[in-house]
Amino acid sequence: MTDASASSLPAPLARWFADRGWAPRQHQLAMLEAARAGRHALLVAPTGAGKTMAGFLASLVELIDKPGDGLHTLYVSPLKALAVDVQRNLLGPIAEMDLDIRVETRTGDTPHNRKVRQRQRPPHMLLTTPESLSLLISYADSANLFADLKTVIVDEVHAFATQKRGDLLSLSMARLQTLAPGLRRVALSATVADSQGYARWLAPDADADSVTIVTGEAGAEAEIEILLPEDRVPWSGHSGSYATEQVMEIIAAHKTTLVFCNTRGLAELIFQDLWKANGGELPIGIHHGSLSREARRKVEAAMARGELRGLVATASLDLGVDWGDVDCVVQMGAPKGASRLLQRIGRSNHRLDEPSKAILVPGNRFEYLEARAALDAVAERELDLDIFRLGSLDVLAQHLMACACAAPFEEAAMLAEVRSAAPYRDLPSAEFSRELDYIASGGYALRAYDRYKRLASDVDADGQTIWRVSHPKFEKQHRLNAGIIVDAPILDVRFKNGRKLGTVEEYFAATLSPGDTFFFAGMSLEVLGIKDTDLTVRASSRPARIPTYVGARLPLTTHLADRVRGFLANPAEWAAFPEDVEEWLRVQSEKSVLPKPGELLIETFPHEDRQFMVAYSFEGWNAHQSLGMLVTRRMETAGLKPIGFVANDYSFATYSLERVRDPAPLFSPDILEDEFVDWVQNSHLLKRAFREVAVIGGLVERQHPGKRKTGKQVTFSTDLIYDVLRRYEPDHLLLEAAWADARTKLTDVGRLAGLLDRAADTMVHADLPRVSPLAVPVLVLIGREHVAQGTVDDALLIEAEALAEIAMEGV
Amino acid sequence: MVPFSFSGHDLVALPQAALFWPARKALLVADLHFEKASWFARFGQMLPPYDSEATLADLEALIAATDARELWCLGDSFHDSAGSERLSDAARTKLAVLTDTLDWTWITGNHDGALGADCGGRIMEEAEVDGLLLRHEADPAEPRPELSGHFHPKLRIRVRGKGVSRRCFVATTRKLILPAFGALTGGLDAGHPEIARAVGADAEALVPVNDRLLRFPLAA
Repeated sequence: MTDASASSLPAPLARWFADRGWAPRQHQLAMLEAARAGRHALLVAPTGAGKTMAGFLASLVELIDKPGDGLHTLYVSPLKALAVDVQRNLLGPIAEMDLDIRVETRTGDTPHNRKVRQRQRPPHMLLTTPESLSLLISYADSANLFADLKTVIVDEVHAFATQKRGDLLSLSMARLQTLAPGLRRVALSATVADSQGYARWLAPDADADSVTIVTGEAGAEAEIEILLPEDRVPWSGHSGSYATEQVMEIIAAHKTTLVFCNTRGLAELIFQDLWKANGGELPIGIHHGSLSREARRKVEAAMARGELRGLVATASLDLGVDWGDVDCVVQMGAPKGASRLLQRIGRSNHRLDEPSKAILVPGNRFEYLEARAALDAVAERELDLDIFRLGSLDVLAQHLMACACAAPFEEAAMLAEVRSAAPYRDLPSAEFSRELDYIASGGYALRAYDRYKRLASDVDADGQTIWRVSHPKFEKQHRLNAGIIVDAPILDVRFKNGRKLGTVEEYFAATLSPGDTFFFAGMSLEVLGIKDTDLTVRASSRPARIPTYVGARLPLTTHLADRVRGFLANPAEWAAFPEDVEEWLRVQSEKSVLPKPGELLIETFPHEDRQFMVAYSFEGWNAHQSLGMLVTRRMETAGLKPIGFVANDYSFATYSLERVRDPAPLFSPDILEDEFVDWVQNSHLLKRAFREVAVIGGLVERQHPGKRKTGKQVTFSTDLIYDVLRRYEPDHLLLEAAWADARTKLTDVGRLAGLLDRAADTMVHADLPRVSPLAVPVLVLIGREHVAQGTVDDALLIEAEALAEIAMEGV
Repeated sequence: MVPFSFSGHDLVALPQAALFWPARKALLVADLHFEKASWFARFGQMLPPYDSEATLADLEALIAATDARELWCLGDSFHDSAGSERLSDAARTKLAVLTDTLDWTWITGNHDGALGADCGGRIMEEAEVDGLLLRHEADPAEPRPELSGHFHPKLRIRVRGKGVSRRCFVATTRKLILPAFGALTGGLDAGHPEIARAVGADAEALVPVNDRLLRFPLAA
């Protein structure tokens, strides 16, 4: 039995705690105990529970007890800013204890000469990101660098373990474990529903039993309230912008308020509204992922100094950066998931003994129900389940290339190493050989590129197949193009003097002409011109558009959707709702039906010469977009003359010229086999997914912003590659990888499939004489949501020509 | 197939990014960029090695559909000067059959070095055919009506929130730029200043769809 009481701490640490009148917390000691027992450890604790210290405590103890040279601890965080932040929280105590421990940061922003020096003379502790770690692994000296590595600490593991960056880190850890067999893995997580799942992800060979799971003490209950408008809860909308004045009052009444929005576009909109209501009285700011790094750093620094009273932000702030004095969090629109809400609330008040305070501002009536559901879920500590997927093939290709860049490897040994990473546990050996063939020469049946191979293989004296990089130029190429985050093509937004404000996606910029105005970085900007990759602007006072960003929206989680359904089916709950929400549900139950949990309610009714069908499937916006598209296609075939559809998180509605008498055939599961495959293959979804896997998998080089290549190199697009590949090699590894991505990320096919499987047995059809109350929130979207209605490109072009003609008339 | 009139000739812009000249039964294509993928493969970007085959298959289908007798390639037929050496045997045979069957002319472009002698067809720097000048890159100073390639024009617009991008022709009264035909050839925005410089003012993007030819005025 190891003794890990406070008295067992080395003198400097014990003194440090004592000088501050603190005692190590229970979970900090439990983490230390796990380390002394040589076990991997996962700490699950709310933000602000001394997690950073808990993660590093064992390393500090070891370095105090046995000072030495060489890299001892590697800390990996998904955010660059976070590494900076932890450096501060760790360096503080180290300086205060006057310890001889060197801590350095390594990210994409680290100057080259320091990176070189870090490899030659490593610090005791290195703080980095998954991408930078993968790059480190690609250097020949990585074997020396990591030979004595004792601990790897993965922070905010809940934020990325289930994503591609999680795949990459899992593979990197497998590599580190080979280089340093005694390596101990530690992960720090926010509160999650399935800590076993994360333990499996963390452990070598997915062996959860080798991981000690330490649970931090729960903080005080959060105080969450729902902000209601002064008059009625709106029928539709997502922003909650009706509450601008009230939010401004909240900001005025608190020290510092974070205002979270679900999208960047919404953040810009809300900021504009607040700015107007504010009249310049209070210092407020905006922070989102498209702002320039300088702009974000400036806002972060102002926050850290306590100079801002309010900050409008998106998910870019979700992760655990320590902001000090935030005493209130406002969530505009619905939270979409209980875990996400909890993490956002965790941004406020980092002292465990005081409650965090949060205010939800639902945008419409369904969102009101969703906000209630989230509130209940948080109170009951019931969180959303994260789904661990199989590791991506494109990420594996990038990792194998990194390994080959460092040193030749043995095929069989490498396969065993890769399989020790949880996401790749069940990788078949044939699939692994296919990966290697893909990296070497593209993996084509036509062996056209054997003479250009990037990897060469030969068989050594023991009969083992050895793979090596065929030419040093490919190492350089790999390092230039490695990375997991593939941005949509972007343009830099700049003032005439060259100052960069941030980026907008190319496809949005393409809709702008000189003289147009749009909101960005909290300002109204007028377009002066577009040249190469720069969008030149000047400040304007004119009203402006909100930029839009590609990408799937955050879907409503299944768990919250179930709770909302629970509300619908249980009138006893309604008494607690605002009067107009209660009335809305009551009238629905009188005029139509309220679906029971598990039931799929379909309403059909005529309205203004059109026939409507509304399906309340509660599977989230992404799934409903796909389903709406598919169902309208089926309606077309069935001669129902569909005109279009609209969707929200809770339902989708089609409108057509003919009446849908029997909805059942429109929802049969074979839709996923027939129409779906055809539709996805021809849709932008798969092309976008393909673009990402082609970059990550190293098929095409990354476009480096601001360094657009010249001449021949720019002139191909991944869309064309996709078309050719589909035509000649439909089973190619990258197409498979793109499909896997599209299936999970972009269309929520799993949820779709589940819905369709259940549809026949759970469908309740209400044929109504007129529109129902429940249908209103989705129907008001008609004409407002700019979603292509399944129209083919040709028809859109014809429409555009007609418009151009009208616009140009008389010229 | 709806013909449009260009300098007194009836021409048909095909949705497959080619131009058909019914009076001569001639098919005109620009920027085939054969062996573009293998050019990139040499530098470690292993693009699918099927672009020449795909381009040839498309060309064959078009020849069959139009019953063309003449074929004019308006330059950049190979992605680089060594391109013809890298053609697969299958593609080389296919190409040889085509150049043998049709009256085939290669107009040379900036990417074409020595076209392989074994490719067949005749090689010309430019040609004047029934009063129309055929060359690779439009010459702003050329007074005669001119057909060319080189720029790979593409129309990009957004309609009802959806982006549509399509290879297109760019036309003025005296100049017509063809879209790129090659399977892996990307595009340059039709409104790009370089294209405007080459063709002058009052240009239109022409987009053939099924049985219509759409016209989009391009900002000068």
